[in-house]
Amino acid sequence: METTTMKPPSILLAALRQDRGGQILLALLAAALVLVPLTNLVVPEGSALHLSTYSVTLFGKYLCYALLAIAVDLVWGYCGILSLGHTAFFALGGYAVGMYLMRQIGTRGVYGDPILPDFMVFLNWKTLPWFWQGMNHFPVALIMVVLVPGLLALIFGWLAFRSRVTGVYLSIITQALTFALLLAFFRNEMGFGGNNGLTDFKELLGFDLQAPGMRIALFVTTVLALAGAYLACRYIVASRFGRVLQAIRDAEGRTRFIGYKVESYKLWIWVFSAMLAGIAGALYVPQVGIINPSEFAPINSIEVVIWVAVGGRGTLYGAVAGAVLVNYAKTYFTAAAPEVWLYALGALFVLATLFLPRGVVGLMRRAAA
Amino acid sequence: MRYARRRFHVTASVARTTRWHRLFQIFSPLAFALLALSAVTANAAEEAPASNVAAAPATDFVGILSQLPNAGLSDKQQLLEQLIASHHASAQSVLKALLDEHLYSRDSDGKVFITEEVDTGLRLTDPETLTTAGTEAADGFSKVGTNNALRKFLRGAIAQFRLDDPDRSVRLVAVHEMLRDADSATVDLLRVRLSSEKDSAVRKAIEIGLAIADLDSDDAATRLAATTALSQTLDGDAYNKLKAISTANADGSYAETDDGVRNAAAKAAQRIEFWRGIYGSVETLFFGLSLGSVLVLAAIGLAITFGVMGVINMAHGELIMLGAYTAYVMQQLLPEHLALSILLSIPAAFLVSGLVGVAIERSIVRFLYGRPLETLLATFGLSLILQQLVRSIFSPLNRSVASPEFMSGTLVINDALSLTYNRLYIVLFTLLVFIALQLILKRTSLGLKVRAVSQNRSMARAMGIRSEWVDAITFGLGSGIAGVAGVALSQLTNVGPNLGQAYIIDSFMVVVFGGVGNLWGTLIGGMTLGVAGKLLEPAVGAVMAKIVVLVFIILFIQRRKQGLFPQKGRAAEGH
Repeated sequence: METTTMKPPSILLAALRQDRGGQILLALLAAALVLVPLTNLVVPEGSALHLSTYSVTLFGKYLCYALLAIAVDLVWGYCGILSLGHTAFFALGGYAVGMYLMRQIGTRGVYGDPILPDFMVFLNWKTLPWFWQGMNHFPVALIMVVLVPGLLALIFGWLAFRSRVTGVYLSIITQALTFALLLAFFRNEMGFGGNNGLTDFKELLGFDLQAPGMRIALFVTTVLALAGAYLACRYIVASRFGRVLQAIRDAEGRTRFIGYKVESYKLWIWVFSAMLAGIAGALYVPQVGIINPSEFAPINSIEVVIWVAVGGRGTLYGAVAGAVLVNYAKTYFTAAAPEVWLYALGALFVLATLFLPRGVVGLMRRAAA
Repeated sequence: MRYARRRFHVTASVARTTRWHRLFQIFSPLAFALLALSAVTANAAEEAPASNVAAAPATDFVGILSQLPNAGLSDKQQLLEQLIASHHASAQSVLKALLDEHLYSRDSDGKVFITEEVDTGLRLTDPETLTTAGTEAADGFSKVGTNNALRKFLRGAIAQFRLDDPDRSVRLVAVHEMLRDADSATVDLLRVRLSSEKDSAVRKAIEIGLAIADLDSDDAATRLAATTALSQTLDGDAYNKLKAISTANADGSYAETDDGVRNAAAKAAQRIEFWRGIYGSVETLFFGLSLGSVLVLAAIGLAITFGVMGVINMAHGELIMLGAYTAYVMQQLLPEHLALSILLSIPAAFLVSGLVGVAIERSIVRFLYGRPLETLLATFGLSLILQQLVRSIFSPLNRSVASPEFMSGTLVINDALSLTYNRLYIVLFTLLVFIALQLILKRTSLGLKVRAVSQNRSMARAMGIRSEWVDAITFGLGSGIAGVAGVALSQLTNVGPNLGQAYIIDSFMVVVFGGVGNLWGTLIGGMTLGVAGKLLEPAVGAVMAKIVVLVFIILFIQRRKQGLFPQKGRAAEGH
């Protein structure tokens, strides 16, 4: 096909030209990029058009979830790997940034130790563990955000795909992976703050984390990261590599017989997806101000899959739509009628799988046609 | 896994003759003949002063009692000895009340009462008949006083009473209590008792206690005999004592001066250590098997729905939870009949969870056959709904289900090994459920159809099997077993809306580890994981043991992705 001879930018442009959902998503993100800072910082408080800092953080959180959902959709929707442990990568990215933020607290902690975070002083530790060394440098932390989830995904994926563990079995061992990490991070001896995790962050790169300007900066970074991730994923799935992925999804055995090394294709998309999840976690932690082991809970990973299923699997923008819609509904219901929320969420899963195999996006497409 | 233990410190029967007991029975008469002899002489000397008090004016129980408040402290002991000699049924209660400072005399008429302090004054109990005699203000009463010497005498006398108690468990407790702070008087009492004691458990407790006391004797031969006797036990106190006398102090000296005794003690301590280690391993193995049983119980229903039908039912945990709540409701309906309510809840839970299972299959799962990932999502949604439903009906708080009498208590095999009945029953129950399920699948026409449909659906349909009907029944069977597992879990842990969630991941691990479509795999897989977890626990801690097991499963699946017992032949092709 023509894409094989085209240069990367033109592949992406060609793909975007046919991608109505993607165009809408990018337009919405661009609008948010302009309107959110404007209504939050410029429009005075009390005005009907003013957007509270709380809402900015909330939207930022949704967009982090959307980024995580894109990562899941990339491997599930395009390569058929259903991961029930993607929040493990999300949380690891979050912990990397959390460690940096923890080191930034310095002497302002309760115990005032210039090097050791409070929980280490509390545990009577005398020196910083080796894996905390260098985490006070922002670039090191940024590298760790992608390196740690990527490395874990590489090892796990190398083992799993090489042994041809597929389908349900893979889903279950990804769940075992995140469950094992959940238990491990609960242990105080691990050196990640145990049950309480990392919190009480003060500042990022010398700027106060609570300041409205900082909140907007984090929001803008999240929007840009999401847009960038969307373009990268769109490029990958439109490329030759992406078409092999879809062939693996639809007929793994046949793809292998044709001569493709299925394991390597799976492994690289898996590692890339884990890195995206790590970035999502890294953006999430400064905005919510805490990271603790409950982020590893297997149920969270299943919820991410639900967002993708509700939004529409294998579309990328559907994952974004699903993540934002379900989380908005969650925020609304847990405040308005907490009793109803679990019923609603449960019913959503059941109904979405039974009646909306293509998700909300599929429904809208059908309505448009 | 949350695996709540309920320990019951009730000592029950002693059974099973081990090699140790036989050895013990051969040696103990030799070792203790000497001790029994000295006990008789000591006793004779003790009894002598009691006969001098015969001259006291009143000899009946009430008469003696009435003298008690006004007697001097030195005379009180003589009066009390008469009281004991009267063999009155309530003598022990009077002594106990006096020791606890609950014996008062009424100032107006000098009558003595056993009392209990209540808000309105003193609740009186007539010491002769032990019946209530009303409540009166505390002002009109004086306490019958005691001193240290008298209290010591009272303790000995009460111990003597309890040693003579017809109930063997009372005697056993009395022996242990007396040994806790043994002095020469209690040792003498125990020696006397040993000569007339018939119960082997009580005899053994006394013999060990006396031997430990003899280790402090001045006579090296006595100490050696005691060491020899103790080397045949597994008693913890005996071990500590032997270890203490055979270990060098900081300055290189030994508490035990005689070389022969010291060497014997060191050897005996070594022997005890060795056997306690062996029995400790047996106990760990048993803990592991009981934990494994819980895993198997939770997973075996899943082995049918997931293993045989290939349906990932994330609501499986909630079906377990429903079974546990059935046990809770049953107990609320029959609060007076604990054992009956538990036995009835087994079929009831099977029906409740089974029917819910059939409903799930008919309304959701059957539309999603062949799409395992979608089934996973839909049933996960269902699990959330069921959890919230239970929260709405029963409240989010945990409920506890009481255990019937026969489930509580401990099976004491020897000093180093005792097994709690509730764990023992769980292991047995798991095996029963497993056998029943195997019989259903292998020996009934339903089982034949289930296997036929799971191996080759279209061929089975061609043979006239209504595959839809078989699907629903199979799913119901797996779900019903989950409910039965819930009843068993209600005996181990609290019943709450999150009960199922705690087991779902473990259940999947067990099924996948054991090999899909193979009940034997589930049984052996579950037991292996349980025992492995418990073996690792002492070395690395409970949480780390779980992590190690999880990582082990992840790696194991890489090597053998079909599990421990992969399906072979035609059946394997379906998956």
